[in-house]
Amino acid sequence: MGGRKATKNEDLVSRALFICASFSALIVFVIIFFLLGEGMSALNWDFLAGMTWRPSKSNFGIFPTMVGTLTVVTGAILIATAVGVPCAIFLAEFSPFWLRNVVKSAVEVIVGIPSVVIGFFGLMVLVPFIRDNVGGRGESILAGWIVLAIMILPNIITLSEDSLRAVPRAYKEASLALGATRWQTIRRVVLPNASSGIRAAIVLGVGRAMGETMAVLMVVGNPEIPWIPTSILDRVRVLTSTIAIEFSYVEWGSQHQHALFAIGVVLFFLVTALNFVATFVIRRRKLE
Amino acid sequence: MKEAAKERLVQICLYASAAVSLMILPIIVVWVGFNGIGAINWEFLTGRPYRFEYGGIFPQIVGSVYLVSLCTLLGAPLGIASAIYLAEYAPDNAITSAVRFFTETLAGMPSIVIGLFGLQFLVYRLQLKTSLLAGAISLSFMMLPWTIRASEEAIKVVPREYREASLALGATKWQTILKVVIPAAMPGILTGVLLGMGKAIGETAVVWLTAGSGLEAFVPRSLRSPTGSLPMYIYLLATQGHTAQGMQNAFGASLVLLVMFLCMSVVALVIRNYFLRKLR
Repeated sequence: MGGRKATKNEDLVSRALFICASFSALIVFVIIFFLLGEGMSALNWDFLAGMTWRPSKSNFGIFPTMVGTLTVVTGAILIATAVGVPCAIFLAEFSPFWLRNVVKSAVEVIVGIPSVVIGFFGLMVLVPFIRDNVGGRGESILAGWIVLAIMILPNIITLSEDSLRAVPRAYKEASLALGATRWQTIRRVVLPNASSGIRAAIVLGVGRAMGETMAVLMVVGNPEIPWIPTSILDRVRVLTSTIAIEFSYVEWGSQHQHALFAIGVVLFFLVTALNFVATFVIRRRKLE
Repeated sequence: MKEAAKERLVQICLYASAAVSLMILPIIVVWVGFNGIGAINWEFLTGRPYRFEYGGIFPQIVGSVYLVSLCTLLGAPLGIASAIYLAEYAPDNAITSAVRFFTETLAGMPSIVIGLFGLQFLVYRLQLKTSLLAGAISLSFMMLPWTIRASEEAIKVVPREYREASLALGATKWQTILKVVIPAAMPGILTGVLLGMGKAIGETAVVWLTAGSGLEAFVPRSLRSPTGSLPMYIYLLATQGHTAQGMQNAFGASLVLLVMFLCMSVVALVIRNYFLRKLR
């Protein structure tokens, strides 16, 4: 008798746990539902390809904002990769064990550092520096690059380091035994074998950079009416900063509000697609 | 000879890039500490803000603590339960991989999108207004997938022998999980929750849209009252402050926020290192 009751309880527990686990899936569905419900009516060709964003005149074109976002994200990724991947190589191949442990822990903390603090640093240090030494108003694509690169650097370093470390020792030893130098081994053996992991790290970095709001918002200038940037000293708008700045004075129920939700839809699909690609790349590596 | 020179050069480049990446964040932390320490005094920590950039940050500190505590109360149990399901029960089928996929999607979702959703659904549709409750629920959406991921990893590293020993003694699966697996995984789970709390306390975009303007002069009195928070306060003063006092207060608030954040993270890492040592 007791046995049957226990089985029944077990069943109940596993069902309750399943409901909990489905909750995050449910949240995602509800988010998609509401975003689409509010944003769909504004999401059309004029919205995606329109050249002017001027809410007061009912012009809602996000093309310049998209270009701004892609410019800022691309530059940031290039910087973060150029600095982060060599750092990962150093950690995986050259650093002593204790240093690697310290750095790995530090990086884990740094991933969560409040972005508003990094934005504040950018606003107080980078922006005046660019204004005085490079030119322009200081608030610029260049400042956005640097701030975003700082934000995604930790992600690039940890994920690349993991995949570099996953390359079997025997590969390296075989290469070294054949008389290759350490650098030749890294370039010809270690890097090619870790490349899919590094690529996944970069794609995840792009997704994170695209969704980042505060740090970028504080240093890119956000002109009233965005234009397609022609120099890295131009001020730009990004998708996230447009939502953050304008939601506070948007008239609820207006076309403007729907346009802001449509930006949310675009952001959501871009970032989800990138994460999907990255997961796919990682899974393929595991299968190999 | 040429190879040796090249080797040397590459090594220097690697060391340099490592030095650059590892120095940036200590520099920012020291910069905040150096500029912020002057602002910290008793009045600043216990006073209320007035005339935009004057006064103290007591309501903001309390607001941030309330938001994070409530968010953890809502998000952590749910996250841990999900992790138990995924690690111990989930069959290897399409439903499980769908659940996993959506959890990952939620983890990658831009915080401003979560904020927008909170604004539309919680603030307007459910009429919670911009309030402590709306902010905390939105934050818990953000924190949930991180808690799940960390807890699942912690549960998975608990050695098989622990479970087998318990099952062999006649315990049911749930008894085994509750009495053996969870206690053994607890430090790892705590680490995950604390790292998630660190993320939540620094999150700005979500609280901006759902919790309050940031300059509230009063400590929230109920779940329905608007709640100021440190990140919003820093953002407003940093971008719209005009006086030296405003800048000083922004630095002071940044220092307080960083200290709170670092405390959580350091405790998290200490717990985990202890945990790993015990398992070995």
